[in-house]
Amino acid sequence: MVPDIWYLALSALLFSIGVVGVIVRRNPLVIFMSIELMLNAVNLSFVAFGHRLGSPDGQALVFFVMAVAAAEVAVGLAIIVAIFRLRHRLSIDDLSVMRW
Amino acid sequence: MSVVVFAVLALLAVGSALGLVLKRNAIHGALFLVVNLGTVAALYLTLRAEFLAAAQVIVYAGAIMVLFVFAIMVLIPGKEETGPDPRRPYRLLAIPVGAGLLLELALIIGSRSGRAAAPPTTPPGGVEAIGRLLFTDYLFPFELTSVLLLAAMVGVLVLARRRAT
Repeated sequence: MVPDIWYLALSALLFSIGVVGVIVRRNPLVIFMSIELMLNAVNLSFVAFGHRLGSPDGQALVFFVMAVAAAEVAVGLAIIVAIFRLRHRLSIDDLSVMRW
Repeated sequence: MSVVVFAVLALLAVGSALGLVLKRNAIHGALFLVVNLGTVAALYLTLRAEFLAAAQVIVYAGAIMVLFVFAIMVLIPGKEETGPDPRRPYRLLAIPVGAGLLLELALIIGSRSGRAAAPPTTPPGGVEAIGRLLFTDYLFPFELTSVLLLAAMVGVLVLARRRAT
């Protein structure tokens, strides 16, 4: 039986990798994917906690995170596509103004 | 046996996450992310969360990643990160930041582990328990998700519309 703390450690590691990806990368799409990685890491810790406590609440919360992630990805990708149409470039350093 | 399964899955998950962050090509990153989501689904299975494993594969690996791959294909990036990085010293700060965050999380997990009681052996319950929970205790948030998804859908349509200029 694998102790639940190993799952938490793995979740922490994946979350940190996602944070580094968000900071390091210049492509907004890859930054989005790193955010998905962080959401997944947190989902894993939710499920591990639910498993440890023997309650399905953790899994219900993961269900909501998945729904929000789906909405977030759809809107975020639409924004990126709209920016690409206006600018014809795709680098996060160009997006330093709030309006143009 | 389960330790070996966990070790293999954890290695795959960490390796694919590193691949996503380190590979320059966005499409390679997307494929690495698919591998990562698959291994996380398998980890859900080892935690007896069968419903979430299926939902993970359908929603994340199915729907969300298809959306990502479409966006990558449409936008043809990959050439965007080739040039010299004008802000390289700032970006290198990510490594100490990430290491500090990891250390902090490890300290938190380590400090909490000692005084936790033995985990109860009752299984968290399968689809039935989750469904009952979603339609009783979490009924209002559950209905709100439908509004959220509808709003996201309308918002995407508005954002992606070509402006008639």
